[in-house]
Amino acid sequence: MSTGGGRGRLTPYLIGLPGGLWLAIFFVVPILVMLSLSLQSGNSEEGFRFTWEWSNYADAWEFYHTQFVRSIVYALIVTGICLLLAYPMAYWIAFYGGARKSTYLFLILLPFFVSFVIRTASWKFILNDQGIVLGPLKDVGLLPEDFHLLATSTAVIGGLTYNYLPFMVLPLYVALERIDPSLVEAAHDLFASRASAFRRVVFPLSLPGVFAGVLITFVPVASDFVNSGILGGTQTTMIGNVIQTVYLTNNDYPLASAMSFMLMAALLVGIFVYARALGTEQVMEVSQA
Amino acid sequence: MTTIATREAPPEAAPAPAVPARRRWTRLILPTYTWLMILYLSLPILVMIVFGFNDTKGRLNLRWQGFTLNWYRDLFAIPGLTTGLRNSLVIAVIVTIITVVLGTMIGLALGRYRFRGKGAYDLVIFSAISAPELVLGASLLSLFVTVQFVRGFVTIVIAHVAFSLAFVTVTVRARVLGLDPDLEEAAQDLGADPWTTFRKITLPLLAPGIVAGALLTFALSIDDYVVTSFVNGQVETFPIWVYGATRIGVPPQVNVMGTLIFLGGVGIAVGNALLARRQRG
Repeated sequence: MSTGGGRGRLTPYLIGLPGGLWLAIFFVVPILVMLSLSLQSGNSEEGFRFTWEWSNYADAWEFYHTQFVRSIVYALIVTGICLLLAYPMAYWIAFYGGARKSTYLFLILLPFFVSFVIRTASWKFILNDQGIVLGPLKDVGLLPEDFHLLATSTAVIGGLTYNYLPFMVLPLYVALERIDPSLVEAAHDLFASRASAFRRVVFPLSLPGVFAGVLITFVPVASDFVNSGILGGTQTTMIGNVIQTVYLTNNDYPLASAMSFMLMAALLVGIFVYARALGTEQVMEVSQA
Repeated sequence: MTTIATREAPPEAAPAPAVPARRRWTRLILPTYTWLMILYLSLPILVMIVFGFNDTKGRLNLRWQGFTLNWYRDLFAIPGLTTGLRNSLVIAVIVTIITVVLGTMIGLALGRYRFRGKGAYDLVIFSAISAPELVLGASLLSLFVTVQFVRGFVTIVIAHVAFSLAFVTVTVRARVLGLDPDLEEAAQDLGADPWTTFRKITLPLLAPGIVAGALLTFALSIDDYVVTSFVNGQVETFPIWVYGATRIGVPPQVNVMGTLIFLGGVGIAVGNALLARRQRG
């Protein structure tokens, strides 16, 4: 197609350049700037200077390791619950959804048509101490008057699970849908019980979907601060909330940058270790899918 | 479906234990479960819609007080909220235009040509899609703070284009890879110059991918809270205003706006699907 002339060879550079520059200036450069900022010292009045200030990282860990650990723990719990909730759904739609597969998927994606913040605010409303669920239960005496769900870990984990469940269903569905049903038939013909056919045929073949689902759930959950901000309290603060506050309220940019970088590094290392543990072939398969 | 059909129906009188167990799972337990999960996923949406009709007094929209259409009538009664919604819509339109133009160009370059630096593009686009929003917002704020660029409308647009560009690129590239190059060659054989070929052949064939990318960008932009919260300065968008309001109580107008946006989005998606089905059928 490219004619080999000078103009033809330049075409991809010319049409790729404007967008490429945008991504370079507003995605790549900012990350480098953040790295540099995380090693600076000073304050917002007098300005910051680059001084190889490694202590920012030590401070970040010393002051906020509780929130770091909490974010990772929440993310592990939420990812696990999402996987358990999503798998049976994805399995049934993929194998027995018939002509209505896309309708089911559309219904599962319905929450995405409502703003993320409104969805979470809606849960705050549902779980309110005097709201539509707890209010009546307290009125009839089934719950003590001082019972509350908001500002607890349960509320934050519940909100995160709700908001990220569709992200888990989709990759599981894609992986399960690709499995040839005749493989399962063959397992049955070879006298495999239903349980062992699932365990030895269906589940292993769905692992790329599990891998992708876990990744696209875990990473955003670990860095989420909307659910904790709206549904949580002082005991449920996640690292995202801390980063936002230190950036925007304290204006301690070096410390906040160091925390963002630590979070990013922790997630990258986690992904890498996880990918190695699961085997590189599956990673390749997922990235090709 | 087929697996069930090929198996013999169990005798009506004496149900053999193996077959009904299979059917109980696939006919009863799993479908019931799936529908319950769909109900669970829809619950906050239902609550949002219903309580947009609640005759509540003041801001505390908590218990059902009776039906009213007041909030539809007084939709724009809260100035800050109205400004936020208008900002969000204007930003989403500008962001969509910029992103679709730039993303289509990169998508074409990556889908059609082999060139030096293609790997770098792929890496950056993969990273931009998989990076947590928090990191995107924090790093952009670091940049704007360092170069002392005043945060506001412009920085929000810059940020939104930055995080949606990769998605449009990927969508358009997928479409480019599926194109039949013979069609373009045929046009050129018939004497069309490259620009005419692009306008009359390539662009219409890419249109579904471009439209999908545009809708996705609009949806991502109008819904974004995380990245915006880092770069908005004093400018409030719809999600930013709502997030602030959750501390003191979300007024019913937010439910109404959410409902209207929801119906608009669902309408476009269903219309799109029906249109695609008709074109295929």
